[in-house]
Amino acid sequence: MYTEKVMDHFSNPRNVGEIDNADGVGEVGNASCGDIMKIFLKVEDNVIKDIKFKTFGCGAAIATSSMVTEMALGKTIDEALELTNAAVAEALDGLPAQKMHCSNLAADALHEAIKNYKETHGA
Amino acid sequence: MKRIYLDNNATTQVRPEVLDAMLPFFREQFGNPSSVHWAGRAVAGAVEKGREQVAKLLNCSPAEVVFVSCGSEGDNFAIKGTVEALRDKGNHIITTKVEHPAVLNTCQALEKQGCRITYLGVDADGMIDLKELEAAITDQTILISVMWGNNETGTLFPIEEIGAIARKYKVRFHTDAVQAVGKVPVDVQKANVDLLVLSGHKIGAPKGVGAIYIRRGTKMTPLLHGGHQERNRRAGTHNVAGIVGLGVACDLAGAQLEECAAKMKRLRDKLEQGIREQVPEIKVNGHPTLRLPNTLNVSFAYIEGESLLLNLDMKGIAASSGSACTSGSLEPSHVMGAMCVDVLLAHSSTRFSLGPETTEEDIDFVLQELPAIIERLRQMSPLYNRQGKPLTCDECRVIRSV
Repeated sequence: MYTEKVMDHFSNPRNVGEIDNADGVGEVGNASCGDIMKIFLKVEDNVIKDIKFKTFGCGAAIATSSMVTEMALGKTIDEALELTNAAVAEALDGLPAQKMHCSNLAADALHEAIKNYKETHGA
Repeated sequence: MKRIYLDNNATTQVRPEVLDAMLPFFREQFGNPSSVHWAGRAVAGAVEKGREQVAKLLNCSPAEVVFVSCGSEGDNFAIKGTVEALRDKGNHIITTKVEHPAVLNTCQALEKQGCRITYLGVDADGMIDLKELEAAITDQTILISVMWGNNETGTLFPIEEIGAIARKYKVRFHTDAVQAVGKVPVDVQKANVDLLVLSGHKIGAPKGVGAIYIRRGTKMTPLLHGGHQERNRRAGTHNVAGIVGLGVACDLAGAQLEECAAKMKRLRDKLEQGIREQVPEIKVNGHPTLRLPNTLNVSFAYIEGESLLLNLDMKGIAASSGSACTSGSLEPSHVMGAMCVDVLLAHSSTRFSLGPETTEEDIDFVLQELPAIIERLRQMSPLYNRQGKPLTCDECRVIRSV
């Protein structure tokens, strides 16, 4: 059902955890399937210097959370805002169709974290 | 890698005795039992022997056994065949909210055609209320369709009592006994059942064969029209090898029922006890005592079922989940919903279903691997704080409202 890349990120998720005194925190959930993703950011000079995630969800939810943290790390916040759920799925060599709707919320969680950063830091 | 199969409610391994009995019917005994020539005559007896073996297990006459392709076909036949046959008597069916989709979806399809369906609720243990069942019967009621044992939780309905109620009101009684046959004693006379469905692949026979018991004199309209097989009850060329396999599986199930059930229950209880001792924040779903001896359904708070299943699979352990993400639907298990299990716990419900081949070592291995997997997933969960302490209810509510 899942690609090798999805299983790799699911089995060895990158950047799991929380950041103390994070500059931005974003949380999204899918009421239908119950998945919840939370992303923490540390931003310096508009660049994402550290990023962590916590996820309650299926294999796709964990893998997309892990992948989006890898993709966003080192990017400016404006570059990170351009990341989409579709781009995350593509980076994982694809997801099953139903997972695109229910479990691929990672970029949304990232965007929420950036929004929170901008609101709290006046960026 | 070690392979441990704890998904026997989904399907079972074909038993060696069953396979050995079937093989000649793929080779030299390949005839069609409806044919009059030597090739047909050679296998006709095998079909009748299979019928006798099924009948013996159910305590009925061989003439009351009709072979079908699977449990779903049997359930469709039982329900639609009754509606068609009793159209002038009424159009009301009573069933429950926790039936297998083979029953629920059939009822929903009939509802669109004008039937009235009562879906009885269940309590937190997955048990129905007999008074509610009795109160639901009207002069339009033509069928009560209630499963014997639940496929997800293992909860056993009081079939004999339901049969007595059905008899009292002269309402036809169908039970989907796909999960119960081979695990608990199933006697159609004691249970006052009119229609009972079983499936071969749940009891060590192959997929593609099942049977329906139809009490003598029960008027039914066939689902499949065609040839005159099965006393005009079910058209279609016989699956001879499958029927032979089903017969042998029924023989084995009958002969080993007590011993197998006791062994599965002992190992199932050991698994449950071990999980309770090693993993905090769990909920066992299903009736504490009136439960199939092989079935354990557990919810692990703060984690999601599919993630757990994938992690177990990476250790070679096969189980099943009521998680929405494993089903193709976005909703978690309808059984958990009917039992009012908290939605997050429903997403993590995990079913371990044992079989006759399950060993003590299998259970030890699961108990060795499972706690670490749960802990790892919980540490990744935003519903579980980083000190490893669960969130308060208020904190959970805030997150869940996101």
